[in-house]
Amino acid sequence: MLETLVNVNRMVKSFRRGAEEIHVLEQLDLQVGRGEFLALMGPSGSGKSTLLNLIGGLDKPTSGTVAVAGEAVEQLNERQLAAWRARHIGFVFQFYNLMPTLSAQKNVELPLLLTQLSARQRREHAAAALEIVGLTHRTSHYPSQMSGGEQQRVGIARAIVTDPTLLLCDEPTGDLDRKSGDEILDLLQALNAQQGKTIVMVTHDPHASARAGRVVYLNKGQLLLEKPE
Amino acid sequence: MNLLLNWLGQIWSVTGFGLRTIPQRKGASVAAIFGIAGVVAVLVGVLSIAQGFRYAMTASGSPDTVIVMRKGSDTEMMSGLTREDVTLVSLKPGLRRSGGVPAASAELFVVINLPKRGTGTDANVPLRGVGPETFEVRPQIHLTAGRKFEPGKNEILVGRAAAREFAGLDLNAAVRVGTADWKVVGIFSDEGGISESEIWTDARILQSAFRRGETYQSVYARLDGPGSFEVFKDALTSDPQLQVDAIRQSDYYSRQSQMTYNLVNGFGSLISVLMGIGALFGALNTMYNAVATRTREIATLRALGFQSGPVIVSILAESMCLALTGGLIGGVGAYLAFNGFEATTLNYQSFSQVAFAFAVTPSLLMQGVLYALLIGFVGGLFPALRAARLPIASALREQ
Ligand SMILES: Nc1ncnc2c1ncn2[C@@H]1O[C@H](COP(=O)(O)OP(=O)(O)OP(=O)(O)O)[C@@H](O)[C@H]1O
Ligand SMILES: [Mg+2]
Repeated sequence: MLETLVNVNRMVKSFRRGAEEIHVLEQLDLQVGRGEFLALMGPSGSGKSTLLNLIGGLDKPTSGTVAVAGEAVEQLNERQLAAWRARHIGFVFQFYNLMPTLSAQKNVELPLLLTQLSARQRREHAAAALEIVGLTHRTSHYPSQMSGGEQQRVGIARAIVTDPTLLLCDEPTGDLDRKSGDEILDLLQALNAQQGKTIVMVTHDPHASARAGRVVYLNKGQLLLEKPE
Repeated sequence: MNLLLNWLGQIWSVTGFGLRTIPQRKGASVAAIFGIAGVVAVLVGVLSIAQGFRYAMTASGSPDTVIVMRKGSDTEMMSGLTREDVTLVSLKPGLRRSGGVPAASAELFVVINLPKRGTGTDANVPLRGVGPETFEVRPQIHLTAGRKFEPGKNEILVGRAAAREFAGLDLNAAVRVGTADWKVVGIFSDEGGISESEIWTDARILQSAFRRGETYQSVYARLDGPGSFEVFKDALTSDPQLQVDAIRQSDYYSRQSQMTYNLVNGFGSLISVLMGIGALFGALNTMYNAVATRTREIATLRALGFQSGPVIVSILAESMCLALTGGLIGGVGAYLAFNGFEATTLNYQSFSQVAFAFAVTPSLLMQGVLYALLIGFVGGLFPALRAARLPIASALREQ
């Protein structure tokens, strides 16, 4: 059995919308092993992004615990969470979320500003990350000058440049055509297989989830191992 | 130490993104800049009136020169001195003497009406009768044209500002006052001081023309040194035959200018506060807008691990950059538009016109820029706090 990297325990998350209380996650348990590539599926509004955000320390559970590499994430305060995310989490977003005023190179260097690396080391690390995603020739381009697939590859380079403990991807191919999406999935698979990256990927697309080592389904606040009918 | 550098590095880069996105929000940013520029221009402009007025009123006020008036008189208008008073005053110790003659000028003045050059409407001008020693008493007075008046003749000297403001006060022109014609024989300057708004003639002629008998209103005298003021004043007040008091000319003028100065300053400050509130809303709006359009960007930075402190500081910095730009534009604009602009106003103590030039001083410009920065700070603070409090997860959902 793999070493458990992510341990979600009896997680409850509800939102208040006016007088109404929306229960999104109810007593949810999830374990992800180190080096695993997990796909998280489920209908729209089932709480996939909510769960991903809770694992990544972007939000607090209503109750329950989240541990990542032994760290009790729900115990950290705002300040500590920011530092923890910088150190341990790489996010990949559906709409890439690149800074439009920065070149690909500078976008990838961004998380390194939070480290002790020198400017030269930052440049070298970012160049290496861009090489991994196959964008060596486009380092000085701005997001608006790149295709969606290329922008997402910059997004992945930014996520891996700090060598994080965990990659969290929220519908990384959701905005891409089939061909570009496949290239992104190839990349994620390679990162998992060759570099041992632990990846949790939210997706709607069975074609994407097929690339993962394991698939779980979120339905009515609970996780299922089989696709619900 | 490293922590601090790291924090400063975060501020630096986050501020950089903010400033780089200004071109995308050009309209609102430019509006905020010009709103603040307008406030600063008005603030500096109005306060430069007060500065210029005070400068005109105090420029010629030498601490060596004293004014002697009847005890209890605040202004020359209220004072009255006899010929005997004048003689006694000029014999007191502490006055400068050349060849035994004390530097003292017995004076009186009347207010006459003359049409203004621009509008043709009548306004008050002081017509001052001065003694032969007046140029000894006020060494800074220089003739810029013509000659001095001859004693005993209906001849007048016109101050530079009065010549500029009032119709008919040209060299060699005849001016009708009452029933007689007076000839302008010279124009004088007073280094921008208040005398430039006056007309001068021989005191004896003025006494007979306006049926003042042998009375005067004041004695202007020059001390033999700034330290002699107390000696002279004590000699005056301890003389039982005299009911007079002495005041330094500089103190007298600054006292006279105080009311108008306060009035204009108060008015200027009031307008600036009101306009400042308007500009503040402009700045708030711009920065709320900046935060709103950058919500996802800010949330992304926070997700990557940037702290909320640098986000707050960067938005404040952006707002204050806009404000500083506006403040500088407003200050320079006010300087170009107002500095040296010549105007006249009523001196409430003599009920006559004082000419002065708006003075945009470095300290006024400083005040204007500081005011702009204050508007920028407050205008950025609330949007910055909102940005810092954005829940990251829901902010990331925004498109
Ligand atoms: N901040 C919030 N306030 C109120 N309700 C929220 C908030 N965030 C999420 N929700 C609600 O929680 C539920 C789950 O949202 P979530 O975004 O996690 O779904 P999802 O599975 O990612 O959906 P999609 O596939 O459309 O991305 C939805 O009903 C959503 O409206
Ligand atoms: Mg989602």
